[in-house]
Amino acid sequence: MAVLLLAEVTNGELQRDATAKAVTAVKGLGEVTVLCVGAHAKAAAEAAATIDGVAKVLCAEDPRYGHRLAEPTAALIVSLADGYEHIAAPATTDAKNVMPRVAALLDAMVITDVVGVVDAVTFERPIYAGNAIQTVQTTDARKVMTIRTSTFEAAGDGAAAPVEAVAPADDPGLSSWVEDSAAASDRPELTSAGVIVSGGRGVGSEENFRMIESLADKLGAAVGASRAAVDSGYAPNDWQVGQTGKVVAPELYIAVGISGAIQHLAGMKDSKVIVAINKDEEAPIFQVADYGLVADLFDAVPELIEKL
Amino acid sequence: MKVLVPVKRVIDYNVKVRVKADGTGVDLANVKMSMNPFDEIAVEEAIRLKEKGQAEEIVAVSIGVKQAQETLRTALAMGADRAILIVVSDDIHQDIEPLAVAKLLKAVVDEEQPGLVLAGKQAIDNDMNATGQMLAALLGWAQGTFASKLEIEGDHAVVTREVDGGLQTIKVKMPAIVTVDLRLNEPRYASLPNIMKAKKKPLDEKTPADYGVDITPRLTVVKTVEPRERQAGIKVGSVDELIAKLKDEAGVL
Repeated sequence: MAVLLLAEVTNGELQRDATAKAVTAVKGLGEVTVLCVGAHAKAAAEAAATIDGVAKVLCAEDPRYGHRLAEPTAALIVSLADGYEHIAAPATTDAKNVMPRVAALLDAMVITDVVGVVDAVTFERPIYAGNAIQTVQTTDARKVMTIRTSTFEAAGDGAAAPVEAVAPADDPGLSSWVEDSAAASDRPELTSAGVIVSGGRGVGSEENFRMIESLADKLGAAVGASRAAVDSGYAPNDWQVGQTGKVVAPELYIAVGISGAIQHLAGMKDSKVIVAINKDEEAPIFQVADYGLVADLFDAVPELIEKL
Repeated sequence: MKVLVPVKRVIDYNVKVRVKADGTGVDLANVKMSMNPFDEIAVEEAIRLKEKGQAEEIVAVSIGVKQAQETLRTALAMGADRAILIVVSDDIHQDIEPLAVAKLLKAVVDEEQPGLVLAGKQAIDNDMNATGQMLAALLGWAQGTFASKLEIEGDHAVVTREVDGGLQTIKVKMPAIVTVDLRLNEPRYASLPNIMKAKKKPLDEKTPADYGVDITPRLTVVKTVEPRERQAGIKVGSVDELIAKLKDEAGVL
Protein backbone atom coordinates (compact mmCIF):
# COMPACT_ATOMS: atom_id res chain seq x y z
CA MET A 1 0.00 0.00 0.00
CA ALA A 2 2.50 2.61 -1.08
CA VAL A 3 2.23 5.50 -3.49
CA LEU A 4 4.93 6.82 -5.81
CA LEU A 5 4.14 10.42 -6.75
CA LEU A 6 6.02 12.16 -9.56
CA ALA A 7 6.60 15.75 -8.45
CA GLU A 8 6.27 18.59 -10.94
CA VAL A 9 9.79 19.96 -11.33
CA THR A 10 10.44 22.72 -13.88
CA ASN A 11 14.05 23.71 -14.56
CA GLY A 12 15.13 22.42 -11.18
CA GLU A 13 12.37 24.14 -9.26
CA LEU A 14 9.57 22.31 -7.46
CA GLN A 15 6.09 23.38 -8.51
CA ARG A 16 4.94 23.12 -4.93
CA ASP A 17 1.28 24.00 -5.47
CA ALA A 18 0.61 21.30 -8.09
CA THR A 19 2.66 18.70 -6.22
CA ALA A 20 1.10 19.46 -2.82
CA LYS A 21 -2.42 19.22 -4.28
CA ALA A 22 -1.59 15.81 -5.73
CA VAL A 23 -0.24 14.75 -2.31
CA THR A 24 -3.64 15.61 -0.79
CA ALA A 25 -5.37 13.49 -3.42
CA VAL A 26 -3.28 10.36 -2.87
CA LYS A 27 -2.24 10.39 0.79
CA GLY A 28 -5.26 8.31 1.85
CA LEU A 29 -4.03 5.50 -0.42
CA GLY A 30 -0.82 4.72 1.46
CA GLU A 31 2.59 6.02 2.39
CA VAL A 32 3.60 8.67 -0.16
CA THR A 33 7.06 8.67 -1.73
CA VAL A 34 7.69 11.68 -3.96
CA LEU A 35 10.02 11.38 -6.95
CA CYS A 36 11.85 14.51 -8.13
CA VAL A 37 13.42 14.20 -11.57
CA GLY A 38 15.62 16.71 -13.37
CA ALA A 39 19.09 17.75 -14.46
CA HIS A 40 18.97 19.62 -11.16
CA ALA A 41 16.54 18.14 -8.69
CA LYS A 42 18.19 18.31 -5.24
CA ALA A 43 16.66 21.66 -4.27
CA ALA A 44 13.27 20.49 -5.52
CA ALA A 45 13.64 17.27 -3.51
CA GLU A 46 14.50 19.20 -0.32
CA ALA A 47 11.43 21.38 -0.91
CA ALA A 48 9.14 18.40 -1.62
CA ALA A 49 10.33 16.76 1.61
CA THR A 50 8.59 19.49 3.63
CA ILE A 51 5.13 18.89 2.13
CA ASP A 52 2.90 17.48 4.87
CA GLY A 53 2.07 13.82 4.23
CA VAL A 54 5.26 12.99 2.33
CA ALA A 55 7.10 10.02 3.90
CA LYS A 56 10.15 9.95 1.67
CA VAL A 57 11.60 11.72 -1.35
CA LEU A 58 13.57 10.09 -4.15
CA CYS A 59 15.84 12.37 -6.13
CA ALA A 60 16.95 11.41 -9.64
CA GLU A 61 19.38 14.06 -10.77
CA ASP A 62 21.02 13.53 -14.12
CA PRO A 63 21.53 15.56 -17.32
CA ARG A 64 19.35 13.09 -19.26
CA TYR A 65 16.34 14.32 -17.26
CA GLY A 66 16.98 17.98 -18.04
CA HIS A 67 13.91 18.53 -20.16
CA ARG A 68 11.61 15.84 -18.85
CA LEU A 69 11.65 13.95 -22.15
CA ALA A 70 9.02 11.21 -22.02
CA GLU A 71 11.16 8.19 -22.87
CA PRO A 72 13.94 8.46 -20.23
CA THR A 73 11.53 9.76 -17.56
CA ALA A 74 9.09 6.89 -18.15
CA ALA A 75 11.97 4.37 -18.11
CA LEU A 76 13.10 5.76 -14.73
CA ILE A 77 9.64 5.53 -13.18
CA VAL A 78 9.22 1.96 -14.41
CA SER A 79 12.62 1.06 -12.91
CA LEU A 80 11.39 2.31 -9.52
CA ALA A 81 7.84 0.92 -9.73
CA ASP A 82 8.36 -2.25 -7.65
CA GLY A 83 6.58 -2.07 -4.33
CA TYR A 84 4.20 0.73 -5.26
CA GLU A 85 0.55 -0.02 -5.83
CA HIS A 86 -0.24 3.50 -7.05
CA ILE A 87 1.89 5.66 -9.32
CA ALA A 88 0.53 9.17 -9.63
CA ALA A 89 1.38 12.68 -10.81
CA PRO A 90 -0.34 16.05 -10.98
CA ALA A 91 -2.02 16.34 -14.43
CA THR A 92 0.40 18.84 -15.94
CA THR A 93 1.41 18.63 -19.60
CA ASP A 94 4.64 16.92 -18.49
CA ALA A 95 2.77 14.21 -16.62
CA LYS A 96 0.19 13.81 -19.39
CA ASN A 97 3.12 13.14 -21.68
CA VAL A 98 4.88 10.65 -19.39
CA MET A 99 2.28 8.75 -17.34
CA PRO A 100 0.37 6.97 -20.14
CA ARG A 101 3.75 5.75 -21.38
CA VAL A 102 4.55 4.47 -17.89
CA ALA A 103 1.17 2.73 -17.68
CA ALA A 104 1.58 0.95 -21.02
CA LEU A 105 5.08 -0.21 -20.06
CA LEU A 106 3.54 -1.71 -16.90
CA ASP A 107 0.58 -3.14 -18.88
CA ALA A 108 -1.86 -1.01 -16.91
CA MET A 109 -4.64 1.29 -18.10
CA VAL A 110 -3.86 4.87 -17.12
CA ILE A 111 -6.57 6.85 -15.32
CA THR A 112 -6.14 10.51 -16.22
CA ASP A 113 -7.44 13.74 -14.69
CA VAL A 114 -8.70 12.15 -11.46
CA VAL A 115 -10.99 14.56 -9.58
CA GLY A 116 -12.03 12.19 -6.80
CA VAL A 117 -10.42 9.26 -5.00
CA VAL A 118 -13.21 6.98 -3.69
CA ASP A 119 -11.00 4.08 -2.56
CA ALA A 120 -7.82 2.31 -3.63
CA VAL A 121 -9.37 1.07 -6.88
CA THR A 122 -12.20 3.55 -7.52
CA PHE A 123 -11.73 6.99 -9.01
CA GLU A 124 -13.82 9.82 -10.45
CA ARG A 125 -12.85 11.64 -13.62
CA PRO A 126 -14.51 14.09 -16.00
CA ILE A 127 -15.45 12.99 -19.51
CA TYR A 128 -17.00 14.83 -22.47
CA ALA A 129 -15.31 18.14 -21.63
CA GLY A 130 -16.55 18.00 -18.07
CA ASN A 131 -20.17 17.47 -19.09
CA ALA A 132 -20.23 14.20 -17.17
CA ILE A 133 -18.32 12.74 -14.26
CA GLN A 134 -17.55 9.06 -14.47
CA THR A 135 -16.66 6.75 -11.60
CA VAL A 136 -14.38 3.93 -12.70
CA GLN A 137 -13.02 0.91 -10.91
CA THR A 138 -9.75 -0.63 -12.02
CA THR A 139 -8.71 -4.27 -11.99
CA ASP A 140 -5.05 -3.44 -12.64
CA ALA A 141 -2.66 -4.54 -9.90
CA ARG A 142 -0.73 -1.32 -10.41
CA LYS A 143 -2.72 1.88 -10.75
CA VAL A 144 -1.20 4.66 -12.82
CA MET A 145 -2.99 7.99 -12.71
CA THR A 146 -2.82 11.74 -13.08
CA ILE A 147 -4.55 14.09 -10.64
CA ARG A 148 -6.48 17.16 -11.73
CA THR A 149 -5.06 19.54 -9.15
CA SER A 150 -7.79 22.19 -9.28
CA THR A 151 -10.14 20.00 -7.25
CA PHE A 152 -7.81 19.36 -4.30
CA GLU A 153 -6.48 21.69 -1.60
CA ALA A 154 -2.70 21.87 -1.37
CA ALA A 155 -1.17 19.92 1.52
CA GLY A 156 0.51 22.17 4.08
CA ASP A 157 4.04 22.13 5.46
CA GLY A 158 5.32 19.26 7.57
CA ALA A 159 8.52 17.97 9.13
CA ALA A 160 11.22 17.30 6.53
CA ALA A 161 11.07 13.74 5.20
CA PRO A 162 14.29 11.89 4.28
CA VAL A 163 15.68 12.44 0.79
CA GLU A 164 17.38 9.58 -1.03
CA ALA A 165 19.28 9.77 -4.31
CA VAL A 166 18.34 7.18 -6.93
CA ALA A 167 20.40 6.04 -9.89
CA PRO A 168 19.27 7.04 -13.37
CA ALA A 169 17.76 4.36 -15.60
CA ASP A 170 18.95 3.49 -19.10
CA ASP A 171 18.05 6.22 -21.57
CA PRO A 172 16.48 4.77 -24.73
CA GLY A 173 18.00 7.79 -26.56
CA LEU A 174 15.03 8.32 -28.85
CA SER A 175 14.59 12.05 -28.49
CA SER A 176 16.51 15.19 -27.69
CA TRP A 177 15.63 18.68 -26.56
CA VAL A 178 16.02 21.57 -29.01
CA GLU A 179 14.58 24.66 -27.31
CA ASP A 180 11.95 26.10 -25.01
CA SER A 181 10.15 29.26 -25.91
CA ALA A 182 8.65 30.15 -22.60
CA ALA A 183 6.80 33.37 -22.28
CA ALA A 184 8.83 35.22 -19.64
CA SER A 185 6.44 36.76 -17.18
CA ASP A 186 6.35 38.10 -13.63
CA ARG A 187 2.71 37.14 -13.33
CA PRO A 188 1.64 34.16 -11.25
CA GLU A 189 1.30 30.79 -12.94
CA LEU A 190 -2.19 30.24 -14.32
CA THR A 191 -3.03 26.97 -12.57
CA SER A 192 -1.93 28.16 -9.11
CA ALA A 193 -2.97 31.84 -9.25
CA GLY A 194 -5.38 33.18 -6.63
CA VAL A 195 -6.92 35.60 -9.11
CA ILE A 196 -7.30 35.20 -12.88
CA VAL A 197 -8.49 37.76 -15.42
CA SER A 198 -9.49 36.12 -18.70
CA GLY A 199 -10.39 37.68 -22.03
CA GLY A 200 -12.53 36.26 -24.82
CA ARG A 201 -13.39 36.97 -28.40
CA GLY A 202 -15.18 40.14 -27.28
CA VAL A 203 -11.81 41.72 -26.50
CA GLY A 204 -11.40 42.05 -30.25
CA SER A 205 -7.65 42.19 -30.88
CA GLU A 206 -4.18 41.43 -29.56
CA GLU A 207 -3.71 45.17 -28.81
CA ASN A 208 -6.93 45.30 -26.81
CA PHE A 209 -5.79 42.28 -24.84
CA ARG A 210 -3.21 44.55 -23.12
CA MET A 211 -6.17 46.03 -21.28
CA ILE A 212 -6.93 42.57 -19.84
CA GLU A 213 -3.27 42.28 -18.88
CA SER A 214 -3.34 45.70 -17.18
CA LEU A 215 -6.34 44.68 -15.10
CA ALA A 216 -4.58 41.45 -14.19
CA ASP A 217 -1.42 43.31 -13.17
CA LYS A 218 -3.47 45.68 -11.04
CA LEU A 219 -4.86 42.65 -9.17
CA GLY A 220 -1.61 40.66 -9.12
CA ALA A 221 -3.50 38.13 -11.21
CA ALA A 222 -2.66 35.63 -13.94
CA VAL A 223 -4.02 36.22 -17.43
CA GLY A 224 -6.25 33.67 -19.12
CA ALA A 225 -8.03 33.48 -22.44
CA SER A 226 -10.88 31.58 -24.01
CA ARG A 227 -10.22 29.23 -26.89
CA ALA A 228 -11.99 31.69 -29.20
CA ALA A 229 -9.50 34.40 -28.20
CA VAL A 230 -6.57 32.03 -28.72
CA ASP A 231 -7.90 30.84 -32.09
CA SER A 232 -8.32 34.48 -33.15
CA GLY A 233 -4.67 35.13 -32.30
CA TYR A 234 -5.38 37.60 -29.47
CA ALA A 235 -3.56 35.53 -26.85
CA PRO A 236 -0.99 32.72 -26.74
CA ASN A 237 -2.21 29.15 -26.33
CA ASP A 238 -0.62 28.63 -22.93
CA TRP A 239 -3.10 31.18 -21.57
CA GLN A 240 -6.02 29.07 -22.71
CA VAL A 241 -8.50 28.13 -20.00
CA GLY A 242 -10.91 25.32 -20.83
CA GLN A 243 -11.15 21.64 -21.57
CA THR A 244 -8.53 21.91 -24.32
CA GLY A 245 -6.40 24.30 -22.26
CA LYS A 246 -5.86 24.61 -18.53
CA VAL A 247 -8.31 23.79 -15.78
CA VAL A 248 -8.23 26.40 -13.03
CA ALA A 249 -9.99 27.08 -9.73
CA PRO A 250 -8.81 30.43 -8.33
CA GLU A 251 -10.43 32.41 -5.50
CA LEU A 252 -11.56 34.98 -8.06
CA TYR A 253 -12.07 34.51 -11.79
CA ILE A 254 -12.96 37.55 -13.90
CA ALA A 255 -14.27 36.67 -17.38
CA VAL A 256 -14.19 39.62 -19.75
CA GLY A 257 -15.87 39.43 -23.15
CA ILE A 258 -16.26 35.67 -22.79
CA SER A 259 -19.60 34.23 -23.87
CA GLY A 260 -19.17 31.04 -21.86
CA ALA A 261 -18.91 28.11 -24.27
CA ILE A 262 -19.20 24.71 -22.56
CA GLN A 263 -15.56 24.00 -23.23
CA HIS A 264 -14.50 27.21 -21.44
CA LEU A 265 -16.83 26.63 -18.49
CA ALA A 266 -15.30 23.17 -18.07
CA GLY A 267 -12.00 24.87 -17.32
CA MET A 268 -13.11 27.45 -14.74
CA LYS A 269 -16.44 26.59 -13.16
CA ASP A 270 -14.81 25.36 -9.95
CA SER A 271 -13.51 28.88 -9.22
CA LYS A 272 -14.67 30.18 -5.83
CA VAL A 273 -16.05 33.51 -7.11
CA ILE A 274 -16.79 34.18 -10.77
CA VAL A 275 -17.29 37.65 -12.22
CA ALA A 276 -18.54 38.09 -15.79
CA ILE A 277 -18.37 41.31 -17.78
CA ASN A 278 -20.18 41.05 -21.10
CA LYS A 279 -22.41 43.36 -23.09
CA ASP A 280 -24.65 40.46 -24.14
CA GLU A 281 -27.13 39.96 -21.35
CA GLU A 282 -27.98 36.49 -22.68
CA ALA A 283 -24.39 35.20 -22.64
CA PRO A 284 -24.23 31.76 -20.95
CA ILE A 285 -21.32 32.94 -18.77
CA PHE A 286 -23.88 34.79 -16.61
CA GLN A 287 -25.44 31.44 -15.67
CA VAL A 288 -22.32 30.48 -13.72
CA ALA A 289 -21.24 33.95 -12.59
CA ASP A 290 -21.68 35.05 -8.98
CA TYR A 291 -21.54 38.67 -10.10
CA GLY A 292 -22.50 39.67 -13.61
CA LEU A 293 -22.02 43.12 -15.08
CA VAL A 294 -23.80 43.75 -18.36
CA ALA A 295 -21.59 46.43 -19.85
CA ASP A 296 -19.28 47.27 -22.71
CA LEU A 297 -15.93 45.92 -21.61
CA PHE A 298 -14.16 48.90 -23.17
CA ASP A 299 -15.92 51.12 -20.62
CA ALA A 300 -16.00 48.75 -17.67
CA VAL A 301 -12.41 47.46 -17.71
CA PRO A 302 -10.68 50.89 -17.77
CA GLU A 303 -13.05 52.03 -15.02
CA LEU A 304 -12.17 48.94 -12.95
CA ILE A 305 -8.44 49.53 -13.46
CA GLU A 306 -8.86 53.14 -12.33
CA LYS A 307 -10.98 52.41 -9.27
CA LEU A 308 -9.25 49.34 -7.88
CA MET B 1 7.29 6.97 -46.05
CA LYS B 2 3.96 5.53 -45.04
CA VAL B 3 1.89 7.47 -42.47
CA LEU B 4 -0.65 5.75 -40.26
CA VAL B 5 -3.48 7.90 -38.88
CA PRO B 6 -5.83 6.46 -36.24
CA VAL B 7 -9.26 8.14 -36.27
CA LYS B 8 -12.10 7.80 -33.79
CA ARG B 9 -15.84 8.18 -34.26
CA VAL B 10 -17.12 10.38 -31.45
CA ILE B 11 -20.14 12.49 -30.62
CA ASP B 12 -20.08 15.66 -32.74
CA TYR B 13 -18.47 18.47 -30.79
CA ASN B 14 -21.52 20.71 -31.29
CA VAL B 15 -23.95 18.25 -29.73
CA LYS B 16 -25.09 18.84 -26.17
CA VAL B 17 -24.09 15.82 -24.12
CA ARG B 18 -26.82 14.07 -22.11
CA VAL B 19 -26.08 11.63 -19.33
CA LYS B 20 -28.36 8.57 -19.40
CA ALA B 21 -30.89 8.48 -16.59
CA ASP B 22 -29.70 5.06 -15.41
CA GLY B 23 -26.17 6.43 -14.90
CA THR B 24 -24.52 3.93 -17.27
CA GLY B 25 -23.02 6.58 -19.51
CA VAL B 26 -23.73 9.28 -22.06
CA ASP B 27 -26.62 8.78 -24.48
CA LEU B 28 -25.28 8.21 -27.99
CA ALA B 29 -28.43 6.81 -29.61
CA ASN B 30 -29.64 8.94 -32.55
CA VAL B 31 -26.95 11.53 -31.89
CA LYS B 32 -24.81 13.11 -34.63
CA MET B 33 -21.39 11.46 -34.69
CA SER B 34 -18.26 12.85 -36.37
CA MET B 35 -14.54 12.32 -36.59
CA ASN B 36 -12.77 13.35 -33.38
CA PRO B 37 -11.62 16.95 -34.12
CA PHE B 38 -8.01 16.26 -33.08
CA ASP B 39 -7.92 13.28 -35.48
CA GLU B 40 -9.09 15.53 -38.33
CA ILE B 41 -6.02 17.67 -37.68
CA ALA B 42 -3.86 14.53 -37.80
CA VAL B 43 -5.36 13.48 -41.14
CA GLU B 44 -4.80 16.99 -42.51
CA GLU B 45 -1.16 16.97 -41.40
CA ALA B 46 -0.59 13.60 -43.07
CA ILE B 47 -2.07 14.94 -46.32
CA ARG B 48 0.20 18.01 -46.13
CA LEU B 49 3.23 15.72 -45.71
CA LYS B 50 2.12 13.85 -48.81
CA GLU B 51 1.63 17.09 -50.73
CA LYS B 52 5.17 18.13 -49.75
CA GLY B 53 6.46 14.82 -51.08
CA GLN B 54 7.49 13.57 -47.61
CA ALA B 55 4.84 10.85 -47.41
CA GLU B 56 3.85 8.35 -50.10
CA GLU B 57 0.86 6.67 -48.58
CA ILE B 58 -1.66 7.53 -45.86
CA VAL B 59 -3.47 4.69 -44.10
CA ALA B 60 -6.38 5.62 -41.82
CA VAL B 61 -7.34 3.16 -39.06
CA SER B 62 -10.42 3.15 -36.89
CA ILE B 63 -11.25 0.90 -33.97
CA GLY B 64 -14.86 0.73 -32.87
CA VAL B 65 -18.27 -0.13 -34.20
CA LYS B 66 -19.09 -0.89 -37.84
CA GLN B 67 -20.49 2.64 -38.27
CA ALA B 68 -16.92 3.94 -37.95
CA GLN B 69 -16.77 3.16 -41.68
CA GLU B 70 -18.28 6.64 -42.15
CA THR B 71 -15.43 8.20 -40.19
CA LEU B 72 -12.93 6.35 -42.36
CA ARG B 73 -14.74 7.45 -45.53
CA THR B 74 -14.35 11.03 -44.31
CA ALA B 75 -10.61 10.47 -43.89
CA LEU B 76 -10.46 8.95 -47.37
CA ALA B 77 -12.42 11.88 -48.83
CA MET B 78 -9.98 14.31 -47.20
CA GLY B 79 -7.09 12.50 -48.89
CA ALA B 80 -6.12 9.27 -47.10
CA ASP B 81 -5.31 6.45 -49.54
CA ARG B 82 -6.84 3.44 -47.82
CA ALA B 83 -8.47 2.45 -44.59
CA ILE B 84 -8.58 -0.32 -42.02
CA LEU B 85 -11.55 -0.79 -39.71
CA ILE B 86 -11.17 -3.04 -36.69
CA VAL B 87 -14.67 -3.88 -35.51
CA VAL B 88 -14.50 -4.51 -31.78
CA SER B 89 -18.13 -4.22 -30.76
CA ASP B 90 -21.64 -3.83 -32.10
CA ASP B 91 -22.67 -1.74 -29.11
CA ILE B 92 -22.30 2.00 -29.84
CA HIS B 93 -22.01 2.69 -26.10
CA GLN B 94 -18.97 0.43 -25.69
CA ASP B 95 -15.85 2.60 -25.51
CA ILE B 96 -12.57 0.79 -26.10
CA GLU B 97 -9.84 1.71 -23.64
CA PRO B 98 -6.68 3.43 -24.88
CA LEU B 99 -4.53 0.48 -23.72
CA ALA B 100 -6.54 -1.94 -25.89
CA VAL B 101 -6.57 0.55 -28.77
CA ALA B 102 -2.79 0.94 -28.47
CA LYS B 103 -2.32 -2.86 -28.55
CA LEU B 104 -4.44 -3.15 -31.69
CA LEU B 105 -2.62 -0.23 -33.30
CA LYS B 106 0.71 -1.85 -32.45
CA ALA B 107 -0.42 -4.94 -34.34
CA VAL B 108 -1.38 -2.78 -37.32
CA VAL B 109 1.97 -0.97 -37.16
CA ASP B 110 3.83 -4.31 -37.08
CA GLU B 111 2.00 -5.27 -40.27
CA GLU B 112 2.06 -1.94 -42.11
CA GLN B 113 5.51 -0.68 -41.00
CA PRO B 114 4.73 3.05 -41.23
CA GLY B 115 7.50 5.61 -40.70
CA LEU B 116 5.18 7.86 -38.71
CA VAL B 117 1.98 7.55 -36.74
CA LEU B 118 0.01 10.82 -36.54
CA ALA B 119 -2.74 10.77 -33.93
CA GLY B 120 -5.04 13.24 -32.21
CA LYS B 121 -3.83 14.14 -28.71
CA GLN B 122 -7.12 13.06 -27.16
CA ALA B 123 -10.62 11.99 -28.06
CA ILE B 124 -13.33 14.41 -26.98
CA ASP B 125 -15.48 11.62 -25.52
CA ASN B 126 -13.37 9.90 -22.84
CA ASP B 127 -10.82 12.76 -22.77
CA MET B 128 -8.16 10.24 -21.75
CA ASN B 129 -5.20 11.71 -23.69
CA ALA B 130 -3.31 8.42 -23.62
CA THR B 131 -3.45 6.33 -26.80
CA GLY B 132 -0.48 7.90 -28.61
CA GLN B 133 1.79 7.73 -25.59
CA MET B 134 0.75 4.12 -24.90
CA LEU B 135 1.36 3.08 -28.51
CA ALA B 136 4.80 4.71 -28.40
CA ALA B 137 5.59 2.72 -25.23
CA LEU B 138 4.44 -0.61 -26.69
CA LEU B 139 6.48 -0.04 -29.86
CA GLY B 140 9.50 1.35 -28.03
CA TRP B 141 9.31 4.43 -30.26
CA ALA B 142 9.87 8.09 -29.55
CA GLN B 143 6.84 10.28 -28.90
CA GLY B 144 6.21 13.92 -29.73
CA THR B 145 2.95 14.82 -28.04
CA PHE B 146 0.67 17.90 -28.29
CA ALA B 147 2.34 19.07 -31.50
CA SER B 148 1.69 22.55 -32.87
CA LYS B 149 4.42 22.26 -35.51
CA LEU B 150 5.99 19.29 -37.29
CA GLU B 151 8.98 19.17 -39.63
CA ILE B 152 10.43 15.97 -41.04
CA GLU B 153 14.22 16.18 -41.41
CA GLY B 154 15.65 12.94 -42.77
CA ASP B 155 15.48 10.26 -40.08
CA HIS B 156 14.25 12.71 -37.45
CA ALA B 157 11.16 14.79 -36.84
CA VAL B 158 11.31 18.18 -35.18
CA VAL B 159 8.21 18.63 -33.07
CA THR B 160 7.11 21.84 -31.35
CA ARG B 161 4.93 20.94 -28.39
CA GLU B 162 2.27 22.90 -26.51
CA VAL B 163 3.30 22.65 -22.85
CA ASP B 164 2.47 24.45 -19.60
CA GLY B 165 4.20 27.80 -19.78
CA GLY B 166 4.89 27.94 -23.51
CA LEU B 167 6.34 25.78 -26.26
CA GLN B 168 8.97 23.06 -26.21
CA THR B 169 10.74 21.92 -29.35
CA ILE B 170 12.21 18.41 -29.43
CA LYS B 171 13.80 16.20 -32.02
CA VAL B 172 12.51 12.63 -32.20
CA LYS B 173 14.04 9.67 -33.96
CA MET B 174 11.84 8.12 -36.68
CA PRO B 175 9.78 6.01 -36.76
CA ALA B 176 7.86 8.00 -34.20
CA ILE B 177 4.42 8.78 -32.81
CA VAL B 178 3.29 12.38 -33.02
CA THR B 179 0.07 13.47 -31.33
CA VAL B 180 -1.42 16.69 -32.57
CA ASP B 181 -2.85 19.73 -30.82
CA LEU B 182 -5.38 22.26 -32.07
CA ARG B 183 -3.06 24.85 -33.56
CA LEU B 184 -1.11 22.53 -35.87
CA ASN B 185 -3.33 23.24 -38.89
CA GLU B 186 -6.85 23.88 -40.07
CA PRO B 187 -8.32 20.73 -41.62
CA ARG B 188 -9.77 20.97 -45.12
CA TYR B 189 -13.30 20.09 -46.09
CA ALA B 190 -13.69 17.17 -48.44
CA SER B 191 -14.96 18.25 -51.87
CA LEU B 192 -17.90 16.46 -53.45
CA PRO B 193 -15.78 14.79 -56.18
CA ASN B 194 -13.39 13.59 -53.47
CA ILE B 195 -16.29 12.23 -51.41
CA MET B 196 -17.38 10.26 -54.49
CA LYS B 197 -13.84 9.03 -55.12
CA ALA B 198 -13.50 7.99 -51.48
CA LYS B 199 -16.26 5.45 -51.94
CA LYS B 200 -14.00 3.51 -54.27
CA LYS B 201 -10.90 3.58 -52.07
CA PRO B 202 -10.06 0.31 -50.27
CA LEU B 203 -11.44 -0.23 -46.76
CA ASP B 204 -10.44 -3.49 -45.04
CA GLU B 205 -12.48 -4.87 -42.18
CA LYS B 206 -10.78 -6.77 -39.38
CA THR B 207 -11.46 -8.04 -35.87
CA PRO B 208 -9.22 -8.08 -32.76
CA ALA B 209 -8.97 -11.87 -33.24
CA ASP B 210 -7.27 -11.28 -36.61
CA TYR B 211 -4.47 -9.63 -34.67
CA GLY B 212 -4.63 -11.93 -31.63
CA VAL B 213 -5.10 -9.00 -29.27
CA ASP B 214 -6.95 -9.26 -25.95
CA ILE B 215 -9.10 -6.16 -25.48
CA THR B 216 -10.69 -7.05 -22.14
CA PRO B 217 -11.28 -3.74 -20.34
CA ARG B 218 -9.29 -2.95 -17.20
CA LEU B 219 -11.73 -0.34 -15.98
CA THR B 220 -15.36 -0.88 -15.06
CA VAL B 221 -17.68 2.09 -15.21
CA VAL B 222 -19.47 2.22 -11.86
CA LYS B 223 -21.61 5.24 -12.71
CA THR B 224 -21.82 8.37 -14.83
CA VAL B 225 -23.42 11.49 -13.45
CA GLU B 226 -24.02 15.10 -14.46
CA PRO B 227 -21.50 17.49 -12.95
CA ARG B 228 -22.57 19.62 -10.01
CA GLU B 229 -24.49 22.60 -11.36
CA ARG B 230 -23.34 26.03 -10.35
CA GLN B 231 -26.05 28.49 -9.36
CA ALA B 232 -26.22 31.80 -11.19
CA GLY B 233 -25.56 34.74 -8.91
CA ILE B 234 -26.72 38.32 -9.25
CA LYS B 235 -26.33 41.10 -11.78
CA VAL B 236 -24.70 44.29 -10.59
CA GLY B 237 -25.52 47.67 -12.09
CA SER B 238 -22.13 49.35 -12.13
CA VAL B 239 -18.40 48.96 -11.70
CA ASP B 240 -18.69 50.62 -8.27
CA GLU B 241 -21.27 48.12 -7.15
CA LEU B 242 -19.12 45.26 -8.46
CA ILE B 243 -16.08 46.45 -6.50
CA ALA B 244 -18.19 46.89 -3.36
CA LYS B 245 -19.64 43.37 -3.65
CA LEU B 246 -16.23 41.80 -4.23
CA LYS B 247 -14.81 43.63 -1.21
CA ASP B 248 -17.62 43.37 1.30
CA GLU B 249 -19.72 40.37 0.31
CA ALA B 250 -17.28 37.97 -1.36
CA GLY B 251 -14.19 39.22 0.47
CA VAL B 252 -11.91 38.47 -2.47
CA LEU B 253 -10.46 41.96 -3.01
